[in-house]
Amino acid sequence: MMSRYVIRGARPLGGEARDLYVDGGELVEEAPAKADVIDADGLIALPGFVDLHTHLREPGREDAETVETGTRAAALGGFTAVHAMANTDPVADVAGVVEQVWRLGQEAGHCDVHPVGAVTVGLAGERLAELGAMADSAARVRVFSDDGNCVHDPLLMRRALEYVKAFDGVVAQHAQDPRLTESAQMNEGEWSATLGLAGWPAVAEEAIVARDCLLAAHVRSRVHFCHVSTAGSVELVRWAKAKGWNVTAEVTPHHLLLTDDLVASYDPVFKVNPPLRTNDDVVALRAALADGTIDAVATDHAPHALEDKETEFAAAAFGMTGLETALSVVATSMVETGLLDWAGVADRMSVRPAAIGRLTRQGQPLEPGAPANVVLVDPAARWTVDATLSASRSRNTPFAGRELAARVVATFLRGKATVLDGKAV
Amino acid sequence: MDAARPVTGDPSIARPVLEAEDVARALTRIAHEIVERNGADQIVLLGIPTRGVTLARRIAARIADIENVEVPVGALDVTMYRDDLRLRGVRALEPTDIPAAGIDDLIVVLVDDVLFSGRTVRSALDALSDIGRPKAVQLAVLVDRGHRELPVKADYVGKNIPTSLTETVHVLLDEHDGRDAVLLGPADLKREPAAAPEEVTR
Amino acid sequence: MNRHLLSAGDLSRDDALLVLDTAADMDAALAGRSIKKLPTLRGRTVVNLFFEDSTRTRTSFEVAAKRLSADVINFSAKGSSVSKGESLKDTALTLEAMGSDAVVVRHSASGAPHRLANWIRGSVINAGDGTHEHPTQALLDAYTMRRRTGRVEGLQVAIVGDVLHSRVARSNVLLLYTLGAEVTIVAPPTLLPVGVTAWPCAVSYDLDAVLPKSDVVMMLRVQHERMHGGFFPTTREYSRRYGLDAERMATLPDDAIVMHPGPMNRGVEIAAEVADSVRSTIVEQVANGVSVRMAVLYLLLGGLIDVSGADEVAA
Repeated sequence: MMSRYVIRGARPLGGEARDLYVDGGELVEEAPAKADVIDADGLIALPGFVDLHTHLREPGREDAETVETGTRAAALGGFTAVHAMANTDPVADVAGVVEQVWRLGQEAGHCDVHPVGAVTVGLAGERLAELGAMADSAARVRVFSDDGNCVHDPLLMRRALEYVKAFDGVVAQHAQDPRLTESAQMNEGEWSATLGLAGWPAVAEEAIVARDCLLAAHVRSRVHFCHVSTAGSVELVRWAKAKGWNVTAEVTPHHLLLTDDLVASYDPVFKVNPPLRTNDDVVALRAALADGTIDAVATDHAPHALEDKETEFAAAAFGMTGLETALSVVATSMVETGLLDWAGVADRMSVRPAAIGRLTRQGQPLEPGAPANVVLVDPAARWTVDATLSASRSRNTPFAGRELAARVVATFLRGKATVLDGKAV
Repeated sequence: MDAARPVTGDPSIARPVLEAEDVARALTRIAHEIVERNGADQIVLLGIPTRGVTLARRIAARIADIENVEVPVGALDVTMYRDDLRLRGVRALEPTDIPAAGIDDLIVVLVDDVLFSGRTVRSALDALSDIGRPKAVQLAVLVDRGHRELPVKADYVGKNIPTSLTETVHVLLDEHDGRDAVLLGPADLKREPAAAPEEVTR
Repeated sequence: MNRHLLSAGDLSRDDALLVLDTAADMDAALAGRSIKKLPTLRGRTVVNLFFEDSTRTRTSFEVAAKRLSADVINFSAKGSSVSKGESLKDTALTLEAMGSDAVVVRHSASGAPHRLANWIRGSVINAGDGTHEHPTQALLDAYTMRRRTGRVEGLQVAIVGDVLHSRVARSNVLLLYTLGAEVTIVAPPTLLPVGVTAWPCAVSYDLDAVLPKSDVVMMLRVQHERMHGGFFPTTREYSRRYGLDAERMATLPDDAIVMHPGPMNRGVEIAAEVADSVRSTIVEQVANGVSVRMAVLYLLLGGLIDVSGADEVAA
């Protein structure tokens, strides 16, 4: 049975307050009869967020996360759709695995799960996976990525970019030159010099970004860059867009707020790939997200079991959780700083990522006839992140103990509340 | 005050129990007693830093006046031999300076300013045993304030001053403090009770 | 001082001078004595936790702890459960359960001592972590400089070699800066960290230009894996440009000293006649290492009954 709601007094995209009506999974013109009334006075209504970059770990590492726990965390973060990365075990490089993940998402019901297909077999970077079969499967894969690994071979990358044109797919590149980042632990700079940790230089990302912009232009395909983290990458993407090339990019919340000096604690909760960068990079990333050079915020939610983080820094796994904190980090780094308004947040966290992933039923305007994928945000809230309260199965949030602005109060997935009063339904 | 130790009490509100002339008389008497008992040929004076060393030098000067003999004077830091490091925390080490002739088969007179629990003297005896084998060890102190925790007794005492455990004894010496005096002060509120049963000043 | 000694950069000028002065006192206290033992740390347990082989550092700490009458447990990765994949945390908890008062740790991972310090109550002393730091080496080097030249402040110190991978260089740069020496690091550009410009020292690629104004030259060991890691074309070329031979040594000021943390590659970064010359402090450094480590153990362990009291009593 579909729920009916009257969402009273919400401010769509931060504009004038008005009522939103939900019936039959869609937004409707008239208030439905026998509807539940939700007092949204003071709350902002935004289209449900779409994450282009989520690690749900299932199949293979269900101790760190499952589709069920990961998507519950996503709903709590205001997401109505996530793209589940392919680096599972087994790798999502065949139709069978992507369909399994897609089905697990349907069963969990917290948000839509769109599996990302691997570009190469086993993420090994040697030969193309069956991209077409994954595109044609029930999961209708449109985003392909070897995330975690870079599609480093330029010829293979060229072929992938060309091949996905047949079904309007996109290759989401994890830009990292492997030779320049052998045993790399953190951003190469003053802090790596001081801490004696092997450096991950900005150029290792930027060299691949530059190359792939050129390749995408050459074969007239589109390319998407995962988690760009440097001022140089921003300049390259800006340059490619100015040329009219079909290039898009995402930035993670943590790269918008955190810097590499945090690694001085040697706490692996701050170990992530690409690494936390400098303040200059953070400033450039924020500006690029504000002016649209960077299209989307994507969490790169990367849950890890405790034992994979409670180690020496060099032995620890890369990655941070981020689904539940994404909106608040964006509010803290972009909205409170005056760089982005709430319409901008809707664009970067919902509209554009949905467009990149070719999700026609997500990221739609909050108008009658659109699917009722809605998130209500309290812009005045301030809260302190407590890792132990996370819905994720993992605890590796770098924001633990930090006070953040704004909070997701309610999430609706096609008219069904997945979150109410800040709690999973 | 010894810089390595916490400042204790306030000498300005303490009352004098020995004035400069009393200190001088006490040291002269101790010098005579040492010579009477041991002669002056086989003794070595080892002061326990910081004021014990100063007192040892003054006693040696008096012995030189009496007997016309230069008695060797040294310093014996007992910090590394203390048993209360866990309670009191680390201290900067003071120099240990054993006269060239050593201490073997000589009469060592340990010199300290205040005798209180006796633990410093115990530490000094341990330290001596690692350095050599004296013929005998004796103890000279300017003030004995009582409250012993170990079976230690001074051979030469400048002045017995009955005190309460919470009182503090300040020995002022011209070389360190600009004047000679012994002051008895009120309870020191700044110190933890756990640390009280030791000499807080010497 | 802090409860732990993890980085030379954590030492204030007063802390560092206290360690050096205490080391001198330790030397004086034991000089000429047949019984080279003090009862100070009787009943305390010091664990040497070595995940990497380093006989010289481990032995130095062991001698230092034993001279202070501490009980010493040597816990090496080889032959322990560490090699079977036990985590650093589990190892730490095991040592904690055994009641260790201090853990001296050598580890191949930078920051491992910092991690350990989160998991145990005792003091953690960094005896070399990955390519990060080796603070007691820097302290013994400063102690050696002071004994040989009478001062540290104002000394011109050249640190020469593989700075990129050297924990000795990092700790020395930080400590010598704190103590007022002027450090120039000298290396081929491939063996300098990208962020070195932020360090409190000068940087040069030209050894011959630096030597005539150096009071101290510290030669760093060239690890075998660097020789084949493409950081420089050949060992011979490295020696020719950055090795200290007799001819180069002759360009030093008269009173300058030559240091090396050991173990040396004779004929690579240092010529045999230099290592054995009167300028060389290499053997002294080893002896001074024991005194400095005694001082560190004494200052960290001597008075601690709990953490809260530590900082106020050992200012």
